[in-house]
Amino acid sequence: MTAVAARLRPLTGHRLFWPALVLVVMLAANTVYRPGFLAVEVKNGHLYGTPIDILRLSAPLILVALGMTLVIATGGIDLSVGSLCAISGAIACLHISGAADQNSPATVATALALAFGAALVLGAWNGVLVAVMGFEPIIATLILMVAGRGIAQLVTEGQIITINSGPYRAIGLGHFLTLPLAILIALAAALLVAAFTRRTALGLIVESVGGNAEASRLAGIRSRRIVFLVYVISAACAALAGFMVTANVSSADGNAAGLWIELDAILAVVIGGTSLAGGRFSLGGTVLGALIIQTLTTTVYAMNISPQTSLLFKAVVVIAVCLVQAPAFRARLRRRRRGTEPGPAAPQREKEQVPA
Amino acid sequence: MTGNRPVLTMTGISKTFPGVRALHDVDFRLFPGEVHALMGENGAGKSTLIKVLTGVYGTDAGVITLDGEQVSFSGPMQAAAAGVSTVYQEVNLCTNLSVAENVFIGREPRRLGAVRWGEMRRRARDLLARLDLDLDVSAPLGTYSLAVQQMVAIARAIDVQARVLILDEPTSSLDAGEVAQLFRIMRQLRDEGIAILFVTHFLDQVYGIADRITVLRNGTLVGEYRTEELPQFSLVEKMIGQELDVLERLDEQQKRATVDTADEAPLVDADGLGRRGAVAPFSLRIHAGEVVGLAGLLGSGRTEVARLIFGADRADHGQVRLDAGRAPVRNPIQAIGQGVGFCSENRRAEGIVPELTVRENMILAMQAARGWLRPIPRRRQDELVRRYVEALSIRPANPELPVRNLSGGNQQKVLLARWLITEPRLLILDEPTRGIDVGAKAEIQKLVVQLSDGGMAVLFISAELEEVLRLSHRVAVMRDREMVAQLDNDDTLDADRVMRTIASGTTRKEVTR
Repeated sequence: MTAVAARLRPLTGHRLFWPALVLVVMLAANTVYRPGFLAVEVKNGHLYGTPIDILRLSAPLILVALGMTLVIATGGIDLSVGSLCAISGAIACLHISGAADQNSPATVATALALAFGAALVLGAWNGVLVAVMGFEPIIATLILMVAGRGIAQLVTEGQIITINSGPYRAIGLGHFLTLPLAILIALAAALLVAAFTRRTALGLIVESVGGNAEASRLAGIRSRRIVFLVYVISAACAALAGFMVTANVSSADGNAAGLWIELDAILAVVIGGTSLAGGRFSLGGTVLGALIIQTLTTTVYAMNISPQTSLLFKAVVVIAVCLVQAPAFRARLRRRRRGTEPGPAAPQREKEQVPA
Repeated sequence: MTGNRPVLTMTGISKTFPGVRALHDVDFRLFPGEVHALMGENGAGKSTLIKVLTGVYGTDAGVITLDGEQVSFSGPMQAAAAGVSTVYQEVNLCTNLSVAENVFIGREPRRLGAVRWGEMRRRARDLLARLDLDLDVSAPLGTYSLAVQQMVAIARAIDVQARVLILDEPTSSLDAGEVAQLFRIMRQLRDEGIAILFVTHFLDQVYGIADRITVLRNGTLVGEYRTEELPQFSLVEKMIGQELDVLERLDEQQKRATVDTADEAPLVDADGLGRRGAVAPFSLRIHAGEVVGLAGLLGSGRTEVARLIFGADRADHGQVRLDAGRAPVRNPIQAIGQGVGFCSENRRAEGIVPELTVRENMILAMQAARGWLRPIPRRRQDELVRRYVEALSIRPANPELPVRNLSGGNQQKVLLARWLITEPRLLILDEPTRGIDVGAKAEIQKLVVQLSDGGMAVLFISAELEEVLRLSHRVAVMRDREMVAQLDNDDTLDADRVMRTIASGTTRKEVTR
């Protein structure tokens, strides 16, 4: 058994092994419960099926969680992303609803640019509070988490703004090359953030600031700039997610859009193996984490678990996932049943360098 | 040695970490009523052996017995409950909690679940009185010096009915008086029958207190000796496992010739630099190729001088310039930009980024100077890192290991490499040899000589006078947060004279600016 374990160590030791294993187990469990779960078919030149739905629905969460990963890696946290989703969605929908031709690409482009710009300004506000004024990140972003809902309400004047714009709807529901556009946007964003952090030295510097802020300062790192930057990136990611969420339903609801997404995003980051204490981060892990959360949500629906118990069910699964990933917990488990433990089943090996 | 039966034995202990064989078939025994020194270079396995003993790490092989019964602790708490208490190398206490809370944290005196604060403070006072310490036990621990914090850690360890007390480099942050005080306590505890395992790098201290010595090298046992049967010279040889040529050469070296600097403009010009509450205004000039030593007692303001020159703390008086004419240095970024490097004395808190790899830690300062938009190409990183891993003989020589897996001395070398890569003109070394072994110490000293021969200015801070005198062209003496003298290191200067300067602080007429 030890020989098997030793052979598997390069695999089980990989930081993406446990999240990937959890995802595989979840999908397998679903397939057992409902054999057609993994089936994908082509209709009208588009791919359809539960796995595609999971991917499409997880896109906003992936986007928010990408930004959250960088914020958490610096040792911070961004609670305002849900409100930022609502604000950016509301501004975009407001602009489109007021336009003469809602289907004009130019109108949609202007709407997106306006909303995106607003989100960047709000992200900069967070950044200034944390990096310049020295607020605790949880307090600084709590301000915008609460006030941001108010801002979104102001933008929509307390109403739900409904629009009828083909190009805008496509952000959430459109297809490109047989795949839902939302997946491709999330994938592109993931690749972009990965390139932005790993092709430059940003990733290393973020990890250094999160790993030891004082040592980083004495090594000459301009940590304020870096911390400021990650809050702006987080806001940008949240804005994209906000477009997607509102495009899905062709309407902007200041209260409901992106509600509690910050908590799911934090969870995705943690499941993906990035420590809340900051330091090393894994974008690939975060994407897996977001997929795990969406798969879980889909599972809850697919298994017809009553809405009253679904949150509890999710909570139990999440706790189990976190425990399975914790090396200390695994070590204890191993100690308890030493000698009787079967070698873990080997799923497909994750590539060493996952770009996203 | 009062008993003839060991209170503690470790037999055939082996422990491997990924990429490192930390311990291999090591035996160790400890008798009641003795002080037993565990000696070895950095990375020899001393800390690992202690952590295996106290259950921080599991063992791969081997047996531990306490009072003849086999034991396997799940962690320091359980070990302490069984009578094996540890004071770690770096103080692991909560500076934001009170002294009394720190002594009793985790085992507060309680009644019906509620903490009995009065009782706790009284017992803390009694316990500290046993160590001759008179502290305000309600004050936050952080308001006391590191040395006092160390004593509090010891108080915490002996409050548990300890039969085995492990002191992992307890003296590295203490000055001579405090060491004497600690030794008195250790003898007292020994006479009470407690077995003390003592780890230190100071050879004099070993001969001052230890009854027996166990030597480790590269994770294996070299041997166990009675102190009086092992001359100091042989001990060092056994620790480094080679002839002492490196050390001898350094010892034979003549006093360093004073650099002729009269007609040269200084590289560094600190003019009336000071900060309220940290260090009184001082002026100090350092020339290219010159090593200036900073001598003084713990807490005399040595570190504060270094931090002000580097801009790590903001000066509220005076300024420091490199190359007369350029803008003064106000923060680390400007300092680095003008070619200054600073190895902090506090390696763990201000030096390494533990989870980053050796490579990443090494290139950090250079990368920071370039900005994140211009990453250092990977091939260049590997080349730089390989060069310095070799030049400083960093072990294990795997640049992709997290730096926290390395021993203290090797972490120190990684930090040195971080600054050497930036090719500084002034290198500030604050206690670069503290807590590291003889071999690595000699290497670092040799390096300082080489660097200054190559034209680098060095500000060298050390609690060890002998080391300061060996390396410096000039010695600036600190006393009570004031620079009281700057002495040329010529034939007339010896440890005795520096000591007297530190003690009296009245040689101000000798100040040579």
